[in-house]
Amino acid sequence: MSNTIVVGISDLKIAQKGDILVTYALGSCVGICLYDPVSKIAGLSHIMLPTISDFSNSNMVREKFADTAIEILVQKMQSAGAMKARMRAKIAGGAQMFSNVSNLSLACIGERNVTAVKQELLRLRIPIVAEDTGKNYGRTVSFNSDEGIMNVKSVNKGDWAF
Amino acid sequence: MALKDYSDLNEYQLDALKEIGNIGSGNAATALSDMMERSVSINVPIIKVLDYETVVKNLGGPETLLVGILLSLRGDVQGMMMFLLNKEFAHNVLNALLGTDFCEMSNLDDMSQSAMLEVGNIMAASYVNAIASLTDLKIDISVPNMCFDMAGAIMSVPAIYYANISDKIILIEDEFGHMNRDMSSHILLIPEVESLQKIMESLGLGS
Repeated sequence: MSNTIVVGISDLKIAQKGDILVTYALGSCVGICLYDPVSKIAGLSHIMLPTISDFSNSNMVREKFADTAIEILVQKMQSAGAMKARMRAKIAGGAQMFSNVSNLSLACIGERNVTAVKQELLRLRIPIVAEDTGKNYGRTVSFNSDEGIMNVKSVNKGDWAF
Repeated sequence: MALKDYSDLNEYQLDALKEIGNIGSGNAATALSDMMERSVSINVPIIKVLDYETVVKNLGGPETLLVGILLSLRGDVQGMMMFLLNKEFAHNVLNALLGTDFCEMSNLDDMSQSAMLEVGNIMAASYVNAIASLTDLKIDISVPNMCFDMAGAIMSVPAIYYANISDKIILIEDEFGHMNRDMSSHILLIPEVESLQKIMESLGLGS
């Protein structure tokens, strides 16, 4: 029997032995799924904001930001036995939930999150093999550690497997 | 003492916010009731300083489907106002306004969509006018925006917006519905910390 491990907002978790990672209702947030197909170790991070450097308060939760969370996830997977060179990434989320929010700090936050995630994955040299980002709807993402398949579920637009 | 975080609010200040919620939502409900020509009931507001996940849990879980109407507040009070309507209630509202019997929330026609937005607009204006006259502050509201999606995805918008201040958000939350049934629609007023300070000062509760 595989277990389901829920990843909250600004949170990250790893799974193996066929367990399934799930994060509910990504809006402008981005879910990053990392997978090492040899050790069959999967990781899922749910980030909220692009960069920690926008914030002066240094005791912010590092799992909240694209430019700090992904590295923590990689380290966690490595200490469980995964190899960074074998890791592949699948990402989903980064929607713009409300079409024209006339507030600058909120404008395009989904898009900025996706860009920051891509930059960070590039820096860590982890290739992105699948992506379902942008648009204007929420997504629930599940990621199984058996095959590294990312399932994306939406309310109005259907379900997909990547 | 200036407010720095939502959890700095004292008992009197929380009571004052509750009263603001009471008056604001009473006005909003009256406006809605006038539009619908039906009675709209409203519960005593609840003031909570909560983290995002608890808020979403209280709304029925992250995947609960809701109609969200978002407006931003500007002027002396900055923040957000959000109306969350469950499907049935949104359906009732449209039915009362347009006389249409069926509507698929995920695929609203232009007429229904603008009717829904107008409901948000009028309710927000009534709410905000009540606070403005009570506090003598000038508050403007933006054009409303709506979506029909999962509660978690909708609430991530204020969560991200307030992430620079705190991991928690303050909610002045009012449940409303039709004739005491399906009281699971909500008005959320989410003021910024500096604006809370202004509201408190204008009410003589600044320190």
